[in-house]
Amino acid sequence: MNLTTDVLAGKRLALARLLTHIENGTPEGRAALDELFPHTGRAHLIGITGAPGTGKSSLVNQLARFYRHPANGSAPRKVAVVAVDPSSPFTGGAVLGDRIRMRDLAGDPGVFIRSMASRGALGGIAIATAGVVQAFDAAGYEIILIETVGAGQAEVDIARLAHTTLVVEAPGLGDDIQAIKAGILEIADILVVNKADRPGVENTERALKNMLQLAHPTRRVFHHHGQVMMVEAPAAPQPEAQLWIPPVLRTVATEGEGIAELTEQIARHGTFLRQTGDWNRRERVRLQNELDTLLQAALVARWRATLPNGRYGEILERLVARELSPRQAVEALLAPQPSNLATP
Amino acid sequence: MTEKKIRVLVAKPGLDGHDRGAKVVARALRDAGMEVIYTGLRQTPEMIAEAALQEDVDVIGLSILSGAHMALVPRVLELLKEYGMEHVKVFVGGIIPDEDVPALMELGVTGVYGPGTLTEDIIRDIHNALSIAPAA
Repeated sequence: MNLTTDVLAGKRLALARLLTHIENGTPEGRAALDELFPHTGRAHLIGITGAPGTGKSSLVNQLARFYRHPANGSAPRKVAVVAVDPSSPFTGGAVLGDRIRMRDLAGDPGVFIRSMASRGALGGIAIATAGVVQAFDAAGYEIILIETVGAGQAEVDIARLAHTTLVVEAPGLGDDIQAIKAGILEIADILVVNKADRPGVENTERALKNMLQLAHPTRRVFHHHGQVMMVEAPAAPQPEAQLWIPPVLRTVATEGEGIAELTEQIARHGTFLRQTGDWNRRERVRLQNELDTLLQAALVARWRATLPNGRYGEILERLVARELSPRQAVEALLAPQPSNLATP
Repeated sequence: MTEKKIRVLVAKPGLDGHDRGAKVVARALRDAGMEVIYTGLRQTPEMIAEAALQEDVDVIGLSILSGAHMALVPRVLELLKEYGMEHVKVFVGGIIPDEDVPALMELGVTGVYGPGTLTEDIIRDIHNALSIAPAA
């Protein structure tokens, strides 16, 4: 059977098999992705990230349910879920448990859930996640929900892959200093305070809103030692209409509360990206990143093939013996060899 | 990091109240370098077969304590066949009376494990089963 044709025809077993090929980096997987590439670029890629235990999987469950049964009477959309959990750094094994929270989606042929282990990647998603997403996109899934591993502060690769990134917080996880640190909060297109039925939700919401206010200053009135003062924001670099200010939304994923509002904001963000041209800009940056990464890998592989046998090991030994610094080792490896001296 | 990993679905069909054993096995298989998809309690055979398809697993481990194995296991095997997934190796663990084991093996189950089984034995049997008939 031809994997590509079957995937395009909507055969789920073929799609599942292709995803395995992509994860394992097989030649069949690469060839199929090459063939499928012209069919990609139609789906809305939505990233869901946040600390472990904030309720990402439950939120994904509710979002997928909503897209399958829209409250406003619009047509159901085909939904794919890519749920990434960490691999063990010692054994390479993994327990992938995100499906536990997604049982509401069982039995619906319009939903396809795939669990992925991170397989050593540290950015919150696996190296093969982008390929898996492309396969879903080509197979006609209109909404692709990508759930990252439980992310702490700097696992921000999802923002490069997704069109819309949700950062999920929960009450009681940190003070307002956490909110002004660089990293994960900066990549949010939408901030979700999940578990909003818990105490402390106001504090979390306020910390996030204050953080946003610092990032997107507008004219503000505030009280300073009892005096009312006005402060003009510095001129924004873009016109106001071009600026996306991430909304802060409350949800209770286990009860389905706030999900309709969340999907509204996701749709609004999609429209915003298309109207401002950001959609195409993001695609361009993403594809350029992918091109550069592949190019680097290919150049290194090609160069490694030209290296005389044993040369790499020899330099590595000298590096380990501390005769060379890592930088000197690179220079020594890149220096022209007597055997294949290039003419100047 | 692109080598082939053994993917295992650990599932609990039926109405069992706890999943301690399933979690112990899941953890042991993880430590043996496998990718274990765990789906939680009270799964129907339909949910299990569908998850196995979507996750393209090589192995399914069914944990059943309720005594309903002679109803649940055949249904899972039937659905796998229907989905074109006969190549998936099915193992059963839990409380299975000795006299039911031959019938389960006859149906196409690869191994049956009761209380006290060493996780090493399960891991060895999975490796053996897959090297005899490796997933395509």
